[in-house]
Amino acid sequence: MATYLEFIQQNEEQDGVRFSWNVWPSSRLEATRMVVPLACLLTPLKERPDLPPVQYEPVLCSRPTCKACNVDVPALIELFPSFQFPPAYGGISEVNQPAELMPQFSTIEYMIQRGAQSPLIFLYVVDTCLEEDDLQALKESLQMSLSLLPPDALVGLITFGRMVQVHELSCEGISKSYVFRGTKDLTAKQIQDMLGLTKPAMPMQQARPAQPQEHPFVSSRFLQPVHKIDMNLTDLLGELQRDPWPVTQGKRPLRSTGVALSIAVGLLEGTFPNTGARIMLFTGGPPTQGPGMVVGDELKIPIRSWHDIEKDNARFMKKATKHYEMLASRTAANGHCIDIYACALDQTGLLEMKCCANLTGGYMVMGDSFNTSLFKQTFQRIFTKDFNGDFRMAFGATLDVKTSRELKIAGAIGPCVSLNVKGPCVSENELGVGGTSQWKICGLDPTSTLGIYFEVVNQHNAPIPQGGRGAIQFVTHYQHSSTQRRIRVTTIARNWADAQTQLRHIEAAFDQEAAAVLMARLGVFRAESEEGPDVLRWLDRQLIRLCQKFGQYNKEDSASFRLSDSFSLYPQFMFHLRRSPFLQVFNNSPDESSYYRHHFARQDLTQSLIMIQPILYSYSFHGPPEPVLLDSSSILADRILLMDTFFQIVIYLGETIAQWRKAGYQDMPEYENFKHLLQAPLDDAQEILQARFPMPRYINTEHGGSQARFLLSKVNPSQTHNNLYAWGQETGAPILTDDVSLQVFMDHLKKLAVSSAC
Amino acid sequence: MNVNQSIPPVPPFGQPQPVYPGYHQSSYSGQSGSTAPAIPYGAYNGPVPGYQQTLPQGISRAPPSSGAPPASTAQAACGQVAYGQFGQGDVQNGPSSTVQMQRLPGSQPFGSPLAPVGSQPAVLQPYGPPPTSAQVTAQLAGMQISGAVAPAPPSSGLGYGPPTSLASASGSFPNSGLYGSYPQGQASPVSQAQGHPRIQTPQRSAPSQASSFTPPASGGPRLPSMTGPLLPGQGFGGPSVSQPNHVSSPPPQALPPGTQITGPLGPPPPMHSPQQPGYQPQQNGSFGSTRGPQPNYGSPYPAAPTFGSQPGPPQPLPPKRLDPDAIPSPQLNELPPQQKTRHRIDPDAIPSPIQVIEDDRNNRGTEPFVTGVRGQVPPLVTTNFLVKDQGNASPRYIRCTSYNIPCTSDMAKQAQVPLAAVIKPLARLPPDEASPYVVDHGESGPLRCNRCKAYMCPFMQFIEGGRRFQCCFCSCINDVPPQYFQHLDHTGKRVDAYDRPELSLGSYEFLATVDYCKNNKFPSPPAFIFMIDVSYNAIRTGLVRLLCEELKSLLDFLPREGGAEESAIRVGFVTYNKVLHFYNVKSSLAQPQMMVVSDVADMFVPLLDGFLVNVNESRAVITSLLDQIPEMFADTRETETVFVPVIQAGMEALKAAECAGKLFLFHTSLPIAEAPGKLKNRDDRKLINTDKEKTLFQPQTGAYQTLAKECVAQGCCIDLFLFPNQYVDVATLSVVPQLTGGSVYKYACFQVENDQERFLSDLRRDVQKVVGFDAVMRVRTSTGIRAVDFFGAFYMSNTTDVELAGLDGDKTVTVEFKHDDRLNEESGALLQCALLYTSCAGQRRLRIHNLALNCCTQLADLYRNCETDTLINYMAKFAYRGVLNSPVKAVRDTLITQCAQILACYRKNCASPSSAGQLILPECMKLLPVYLNCVLKSDVLQPGAEVTTDDRAYVRQLVTSMDVAETNVFFYPRLLPLTKSPIESTTEPPAVRASEERLSNGDMYLLENGLNLFLWVGASVQQGVVQSLFSVSSFSQITSGLSVLPVLDNPLSKKVRGLIDSLRAQRSRYMKLIVVKQEDKLEMLFKHFLVEDKSLSGGASYVDFLCHMHKEIRQLLS
Repeated sequence: MATYLEFIQQNEEQDGVRFSWNVWPSSRLEATRMVVPLACLLTPLKERPDLPPVQYEPVLCSRPTCKACNVDVPALIELFPSFQFPPAYGGISEVNQPAELMPQFSTIEYMIQRGAQSPLIFLYVVDTCLEEDDLQALKESLQMSLSLLPPDALVGLITFGRMVQVHELSCEGISKSYVFRGTKDLTAKQIQDMLGLTKPAMPMQQARPAQPQEHPFVSSRFLQPVHKIDMNLTDLLGELQRDPWPVTQGKRPLRSTGVALSIAVGLLEGTFPNTGARIMLFTGGPPTQGPGMVVGDELKIPIRSWHDIEKDNARFMKKATKHYEMLASRTAANGHCIDIYACALDQTGLLEMKCCANLTGGYMVMGDSFNTSLFKQTFQRIFTKDFNGDFRMAFGATLDVKTSRELKIAGAIGPCVSLNVKGPCVSENELGVGGTSQWKICGLDPTSTLGIYFEVVNQHNAPIPQGGRGAIQFVTHYQHSSTQRRIRVTTIARNWADAQTQLRHIEAAFDQEAAAVLMARLGVFRAESEEGPDVLRWLDRQLIRLCQKFGQYNKEDSASFRLSDSFSLYPQFMFHLRRSPFLQVFNNSPDESSYYRHHFARQDLTQSLIMIQPILYSYSFHGPPEPVLLDSSSILADRILLMDTFFQIVIYLGETIAQWRKAGYQDMPEYENFKHLLQAPLDDAQEILQARFPMPRYINTEHGGSQARFLLSKVNPSQTHNNLYAWGQETGAPILTDDVSLQVFMDHLKKLAVSSAC
Repeated sequence: MNVNQSIPPVPPFGQPQPVYPGYHQSSYSGQSGSTAPAIPYGAYNGPVPGYQQTLPQGISRAPPSSGAPPASTAQAACGQVAYGQFGQGDVQNGPSSTVQMQRLPGSQPFGSPLAPVGSQPAVLQPYGPPPTSAQVTAQLAGMQISGAVAPAPPSSGLGYGPPTSLASASGSFPNSGLYGSYPQGQASPVSQAQGHPRIQTPQRSAPSQASSFTPPASGGPRLPSMTGPLLPGQGFGGPSVSQPNHVSSPPPQALPPGTQITGPLGPPPPMHSPQQPGYQPQQNGSFGSTRGPQPNYGSPYPAAPTFGSQPGPPQPLPPKRLDPDAIPSPQLNELPPQQKTRHRIDPDAIPSPIQVIEDDRNNRGTEPFVTGVRGQVPPLVTTNFLVKDQGNASPRYIRCTSYNIPCTSDMAKQAQVPLAAVIKPLARLPPDEASPYVVDHGESGPLRCNRCKAYMCPFMQFIEGGRRFQCCFCSCINDVPPQYFQHLDHTGKRVDAYDRPELSLGSYEFLATVDYCKNNKFPSPPAFIFMIDVSYNAIRTGLVRLLCEELKSLLDFLPREGGAEESAIRVGFVTYNKVLHFYNVKSSLAQPQMMVVSDVADMFVPLLDGFLVNVNESRAVITSLLDQIPEMFADTRETETVFVPVIQAGMEALKAAECAGKLFLFHTSLPIAEAPGKLKNRDDRKLINTDKEKTLFQPQTGAYQTLAKECVAQGCCIDLFLFPNQYVDVATLSVVPQLTGGSVYKYACFQVENDQERFLSDLRRDVQKVVGFDAVMRVRTSTGIRAVDFFGAFYMSNTTDVELAGLDGDKTVTVEFKHDDRLNEESGALLQCALLYTSCAGQRRLRIHNLALNCCTQLADLYRNCETDTLINYMAKFAYRGVLNSPVKAVRDTLITQCAQILACYRKNCASPSSAGQLILPECMKLLPVYLNCVLKSDVLQPGAEVTTDDRAYVRQLVTSMDVAETNVFFYPRLLPLTKSPIESTTEPPAVRASEERLSNGDMYLLENGLNLFLWVGASVQQGVVQSLFSVSSFSQITSGLSVLPVLDNPLSKKVRGLIDSLRAQRSRYMKLIVVKQEDKLEMLFKHFLVEDKSLSGGASYVDFLCHMHKEIRQLLS
């Protein structure tokens, strides 16, 4: 299997692709019996330091219906027998081969020279109904961010509270802003009229005739190059005041998030359609008025909870969701993305607003306050640069998927929207967002990952010749952060195998990690629209069927049940997935669920796995840190545990360790090793914190600490107050829960798998 | 008149009879044996002068009140007295033809006591020479005369001087003789003295005496002639005597005299004689300032002694006049044919506003007007006089059309005289009059009647030893709260009456308690918001730059309370074209912030904090803002504007700040941008004189009214400054200012160079003037009459409360009253106007004005106590409102009919029988026709070709809130000759009548009507004058249309410029000067204001109109 692992890894590094199956069942029937669909996780912009972009444009298959790019020609020729070399390739010789023809360039990136370069656009949408400290911190972060932006990037500022203000940035002296009432839903046209963006109003700004050549895009007073208005904007941000409207006792401040977003969207729509732009929404509370309001301003009526939603008692939710969905789809249509930075102790309406980030590929960050390092660092990290000095972000991408004729495209799950491009390779069965062969990803970064699901359509009675290969090509057009248009093309080919005769090959080529994530995505996708228990039941059934298909067992004998190595971890993933906040809403607010799901749907495989099954490291005097089972038995008194759930980093001191620390041993020179032991997980945590986006919540706790719940809720409750045999023993800590443990889960699974009943 | 009246009232009854006898005797004797009486007078006179000087009115009043309730009689007496005067005048007139003119005036003054003065001077002069020998008795006579007639004299005196004097002298003597006879009523003299006091001055008396003495001899001869006519009068007197008490009866008689026979119709020569007689009959005494004096004296004095009786006597006199009338009447009869040929009417013979004004000024301008007596007619608005509040509101606050109200509605209907009060609750007072005292009753608030809610006032009657008081309005008996209790003195008056303004004064203020505040919260200080149009037009004309520059300094002069160091008023700024720009000028900002609101369909205020700021705290930011506004919009191409959203924004801002305030709106064009209140250009001159004409005055859409209503609810007053290049639909735009108690200023075709001074001056004044905000005014009346109609700039949501978002010292509310029951002669009629408002410092206050009027059962009393200027004010407002609903023609006809009815009623009921061909006008209404004609031919009711629809709408709304003084000059402009009077004289030159005939082409004239100011230069003005005024060498080099006179260092230039400045200072709006050359194109414009002439638009000339009126009256009578 090592070979397969290596192959998978190599493929991932080279192409950013991981398939659930690396050998494909050759018929539709067989494929459906595989339970886990043929699918892949695609990271379109996987960082490839070794991949120099080529300076010419791709050559297309000259058949008008195909238009595939001619990468990896051998595969192509297989894929598209009628492929014809365009005349430009006439001069090909052995010594002067274009990159496309070299096998290691299965992924290639083209830079497109033609077309106007469009600047990056950052539109800050800032909530002013914040506490003074929060606002101050936010202002500082924003001011700081100006220095991180490329000088020619365009920035804009919209602030909102009870009113929405669109600030004009070009002016000297008096700072101008356009003000909108926060309660009134305006159409894009109205907004543009009111902002003077429509044609007749253009003469208004004839004042600056000097620049049209230089910046053809600078047609808006509201979006100006950073280098020009750096100082102005810094001052403007500095003078930003809290929303001055009085908030009476027992009321929430009136916050017009819905209108503010609507205006931001309308503004960009009117000025820079189809140009990469980020709308960055910073909000410190729920929208309380106007379209998109999530909760009224009466404090005595709390914001909706899952309970309310289940009882259909969240009276603003549907309307608000509709409002934001409408905005999101408009934004996506224009190729812009919306980030949401929500920092508040209570919910801020992420549930309703999630689609804005989800559909446009924007970020979603949730924190307690803008005055925390969580937000500050996270925000800063958005502007980090890659090895080339470019921002790790791309805009307005279109992902075009082409398949060889045995395959059809069933759908995609990720931060994308469908472009509704029907074609011969589009399946009628939808998994995720389907019915199209093209998706729009308005904002993506090197880790953005989509799950793409396929359907094998080759009929059983039309066997593919031995050694035949199926091919898939991913073509991603996008606007690079350097403002160039680029195209990245990845072409994949895999062997077909007859599931009846070559099941072992197929089995061996199963990528259980990818499969787990892909299945999880499907589950989470369903959870958005279905009842939680239904989703769990579906997942369970899939798991049981998989076990039945690939397990080795004697009927009705659960003890005989075995899974091969390539499947061995899969049930465990499913176990943890079932308990994860992506599917369980208990103890999570609707906002938190939305937040978790948002990230789950866009992170790459590694991160996704961490989310599903957090990683637990144990630190002790007995040796170097070691990964341990995510199990209550791992919680030992003389250990320090470091858990990474992606969203949280928890450092947990065992009972004894905690006592030692309390006694101050770490300060005694003779116990320096203890000091080092204490320090080790901190350093490791720091490392993770540095790299992770968004920055995780950092929790440092100890045995019996209230924050220890983060750990206790994650570990497999192998010892609980119910199974007394572990009680009081040194093998771990009992978890006070009624949840089933992995062992119980497995037992049931085996029983069901071997039973002939289902 | 007033004086006279005041005096008479008191004594009347008791003394009357004696007086009468005396009177008659005197009068008779006057003719027969005047000498004897003279002596007694002398004695009286002596004391009298002293009286007057020391305690003139006070004393006089005191007696009246205690003395005799017979107010009516008193009035009658007054009237009579006046008539008496006239009579005299007539006499004088009789003598000299030249005098006629003067006499007429004299007769006019007649109405007002002042008139006599005019005659006096004349008398004096003539006497002067003889005087030396003059003695006490003569003095007395003189004194008295002066008292009665005094005012007029100066001018007339001069003019008439020689002839009149002679005549008068002769006349006077006899008179004096008469007086002599009067002495009998010595008691009365005192009263007379009181009445006359003002006029009398020791000096005058002296000369008069002298004259009287010597003249008698000369007078002798004339007297006889006079006597002839007089005799009949005497005859009347007889009856009157018997009637003494029946004031009513005498009045009628008196009336004839009162009626000035505008007999005008008669040809000059004949006229004179007839007129004179005519006048005589009326005034008996008054006329004769010169001659009259004597007769008058005779009469007045007698009257005076018996205050009550006076009425009687005067009446008798009238009869005498009647005789004269009789004489004129024949003439009139002769006249009618002449009348037909109007040109034959001598314009000099018809009542002259100028003369009336001059006479009143002379007669009543010297003595303070003390308000202690019920039903006194105040001096004319054109007269400068001091007011002393002794229980009734100053005429500066309230003026009534009549100070004597018919007791019954039948009477009122018969007379057709509208009963209205023109109220200016926050009127500014001259520096030497104290503003109303502020009374603080603490938490309990002002004391009010439980039933009608009237406020405590001097008329409330305390009873039961002071434990209760009876409401003077509704007679309800209320308990006096313990903390307010006070013992009564033996007269039933509270001991502390004079310590409490609300018990002793006509006007005062209460501090309001929280119950009087909106939402039961004390108001916060008001705010001013400046809203500036920055569309292309405004920028191009330089308006924005000018305005911003001005505001920088003007903000230091926001109105402030009393001695406050800085104004409590906060300011805010908005600019706008198609969208609105709000400015955050918070003091903590380094730079102002602009907030654009483009959502004009649904206006709101984008900011709270920093919009309304204290000027001093935010000065730097504001200055910076005002510096930048012109720059920011310098390149604008936006020509469209909005209007309603602007006001809405201001109103919302005030609402958000929870305060009242005022918006200053500077607007240039028709709001055609897509927004609420969008307007179309609907100007259509073709509609003029059609039934649809009224639509031109109506707002285009209801949006403006709705908005105004909201503004009023918020206490948001709008002052609108318009700078139109073309039609802006003033009729619609002015709706909101109008309903919120604001002002509209219009500067057509504004050019900074030409109109800067005018605009800035208006702006400064408008910003600085003291304003009351969020006001509610209510007028309470005693049972019997009721306020039924209101005119002015305000809004009414019910039928009684006048709601004013803002009210300044220029705004006037005219209230019309109707009977709903009988009034009582004894108790009179009371008005109480209560204004609840927020002062400019944010203090909630109640201003109370009280006024007591007399009631009468005789029409004559009514006609004797009318105020024509106020009447015109009311009628103009009534008509100007009428054009909103009726065709203009109908409105005009209504006015004419009403006027004719008023006069016909007088003729029928009050005037002595005379030939139908004779036009007889009540003395105090003799200017009614001329003024009414001015109203009829005003731009609103009869537009000329050059008058735009906007102008008409503008004027219409201006007039709606004008006070009496403003309407007076607005309808009858003042025309002042510049070179007639010596350069050294510092006073205003006497005006001339507004007719082209009065212009001499060798002179220059200033014409002003409160809005316009012209300098007309005659074609043959001396070069020296041209040079010293215009700094050019000849008439032809004068720039026509010049608006500024060069500043030259010579007496004439200084004087003219000084005069212009002083004229401007008198008006609430800056009048831009326009220099008009004779025979120049611009002269057309100027001639438009010569209101006695036929106007180009078809307006009748004075003479023509008078004839027409006469015809109407005759029709009614027949």
